[in-house]
Amino acid sequence: MTFNFTKYSAVYYIISGVLILATIVSLFAYGLKFGIEFVGGSNMEIQFQSTRPSNETISSALKSLSLGDVTVQPTGTNGAILQFKGVDEATHQQILTALNKLSPSSEKSFQYIGPSIGQELRNSTEVAILLALVAITLYIAFAFRKVSKPVNSWKYGVTSLIALFHDVLIPIGVFSILGHFYNVEITVPIVAALLTILGFSVHDTIVIFDRIRENILRRGMGQFEDTVNWSLTQTLGRSISTVVTVEFVLISLFFLGGETLKWFALALIIGITSGAYSSIFIASPLLVSWYKSELDKHKLL
Amino acid sequence: MAQKYYIFIGVLVLAILAGIFAYPNYFNKSVDFLNHKMSWTVPHFYEKPYVLGLDLQGGVSLVYQADLTQISDKATAMSELRDVIERRVNMFGVSEPTVEVVGTDRLNVDLPGVTNVQQAISMIGQTPYLEFDEQRTAADTQKILDVMKQVQDAQTKKQDITKIANWQTALQNPYFVATDLTGKYLTKATVQFDQTTGAPQIQLQFNAEGAKLFSDITARNIKKPLAIYLDGSSIIDTNGDGKIDGNDLYAPIVQSKITDGTAVITGSMSTQVAQTLASRLNSGALPVKIGAPISQETVGPTLGTASLQRSLWAGIYGLLAVVIFMVVFYRFPGLLASIALVIYVAITLAIFKIIPVTLTLAGIGGFILSIGMAVDANILIFARMKEEIKSGKSLSVAIDEGFKRAWPSIRDSNFNSLIVCAILFFVATSFIKGFAFTLALGILISLFSAIFITRIFLMVFVGKWAEKIKWIL
Repeated sequence: MTFNFTKYSAVYYIISGVLILATIVSLFAYGLKFGIEFVGGSNMEIQFQSTRPSNETISSALKSLSLGDVTVQPTGTNGAILQFKGVDEATHQQILTALNKLSPSSEKSFQYIGPSIGQELRNSTEVAILLALVAITLYIAFAFRKVSKPVNSWKYGVTSLIALFHDVLIPIGVFSILGHFYNVEITVPIVAALLTILGFSVHDTIVIFDRIRENILRRGMGQFEDTVNWSLTQTLGRSISTVVTVEFVLISLFFLGGETLKWFALALIIGITSGAYSSIFIASPLLVSWYKSELDKHKLL
Repeated sequence: MAQKYYIFIGVLVLAILAGIFAYPNYFNKSVDFLNHKMSWTVPHFYEKPYVLGLDLQGGVSLVYQADLTQISDKATAMSELRDVIERRVNMFGVSEPTVEVVGTDRLNVDLPGVTNVQQAISMIGQTPYLEFDEQRTAADTQKILDVMKQVQDAQTKKQDITKIANWQTALQNPYFVATDLTGKYLTKATVQFDQTTGAPQIQLQFNAEGAKLFSDITARNIKKPLAIYLDGSSIIDTNGDGKIDGNDLYAPIVQSKITDGTAVITGSMSTQVAQTLASRLNSGALPVKIGAPISQETVGPTLGTASLQRSLWAGIYGLLAVVIFMVVFYRFPGLLASIALVIYVAITLAIFKIIPVTLTLAGIGGFILSIGMAVDANILIFARMKEEIKSGKSLSVAIDEGFKRAWPSIRDSNFNSLIVCAILFFVATSFIKGFAFTLALGILISLFSAIFITRIFLMVFVGKWAEKIKWIL
């Protein structure tokens, strides 16, 4: 049995197109909310012993310390996460005293990132992303170096790159929206997750494309579209199983892993789902569409 | 074909050893039980704790930026700075602190278990502290040694040491006590050479007030040692082991009362050491200027423990879900792959202990992700095997073909993930480094477990019997 995956290519293109458009709109409208490790500042997690004072009470208690914009975010039953500009150790202690006066509390964590470190981290993250993209492009070119007719090897590379951007853009869009509405920040773990998605997305596409090339070699050139659909049918079980097992551990991390790993897991969940989807419904149909448009051109000539 | 059984037994032994090493509690408990019942004397399994990062055990992490604008030999200056700060941190009584130079001008100071950040910061940034200590009376010495013993006993029994009366005394030097003479009375330190031997020595010159103090101290300590400390440690590597630590003690015997306010430090030191020492004493500061920390991270001990526990449960549930999925969808081979996966977890944890890998939240995240990814190779292989069986091949041929045909995809996709890990490891911050390292380690070990171990299992367990009930494959 062969599923006809490429029959509704237009529908998949539209779905992905809408999602990517939404991402771009959200990026322009809301932008990305970067965590303090990228922009510098202080982040403090407080646990109040009995009751949590209201956000306004906390803000006004800290007003005299001139901490710039103070954001207070309730967490857990009696906890709060405070963010404000970078402060020295003396001010940090004053804040703790002020909060203790308000309601007995203990500090769970405190983080201060100086402006130079934030800038540096931004730079090194940019370098990491660029290097990862270059390395993956080179790797794809290498993996598909053996020319295979009827579609040129570089076209496999280009379509896997399109799928790659698709898979990274969609989680970025989700985090842009989460950042605007729920204050979820782009932190270092989320960048790590996005870079892992880069690897994973290509990983999935490579398995399918390998199968397509193998089937072309075995069955001859025949109908390219049929070969693609046949290959997709053969690899479908693997694609589903692989995604499901990874999603199991990620969902478990999302619900149980605590604050730091929660958003990291969510970014991976979105990216890996998108990766599995794009390998089957975007990358492979694109190969077929491209092949067909070339055929049409030849016919016109 | 007996060879496959030897390999199989080898794999089992490796798995059991790795498992016990990774989590020796149950093994040691049963050993205790058996020893008690049968009056045996089976020893405990070698115990080695996991190295936990600051985010999991609580503590303070500080980053300093050194001002190297005036300095020509930057690398040496940084390593000197590192040594000085490490000595100060050790004085603070932190267990296993790490002080390391990052890049060219950064110093990273990790203080696990420290909660008093303010004290830690002022301790690190202070000017070097030169002190002259005189010998305690024998009774005083004994008193401190007694408290130290109590504290040590309490620590081995894991009791709260703060319950012991005067437990703070255990932090003091039992043999010497500080005098009023400190580096603040020093006017200058110069390097000189002994006129007969030519050995380098350091001459200290005190101001009038210091000269008075020194004269009093020498007067009451004739024929007794006077210990000289810099930042709480001996100033000279007296036992010649290449480092200055608690085993060194520079304490020359006072020969006579010294009234002119000069002291000479002699001992086995190179001219270079003498010069650095003198310049540190003169500058009255760290070899390199550092300001307030440019980044600080404090994690409370409760948060660390909670994070560790939550992520461990996440891992256990994730592992369980993967095992159930594999057994339901791939039946017998799925069961074998699940056993291989559990062995994978045991081996990886054991390797974390052996290297040792400092486990952080990020590292555990990478490890848990790798549990989900580890079975991918098995899934690829089993899918191929099923196809071969469908096309009418015999089981042993199908198994062989399955491994052979799946290999290029497994190699390509894992290689690709390893590239990303390598880039993350070399470019990014410590959080990402921890993640990339455990993920890469996980990928490599999982290739071994998913391919080698599963294959041995299939060779041993799938025989003629399975031909009749092919549905379980």
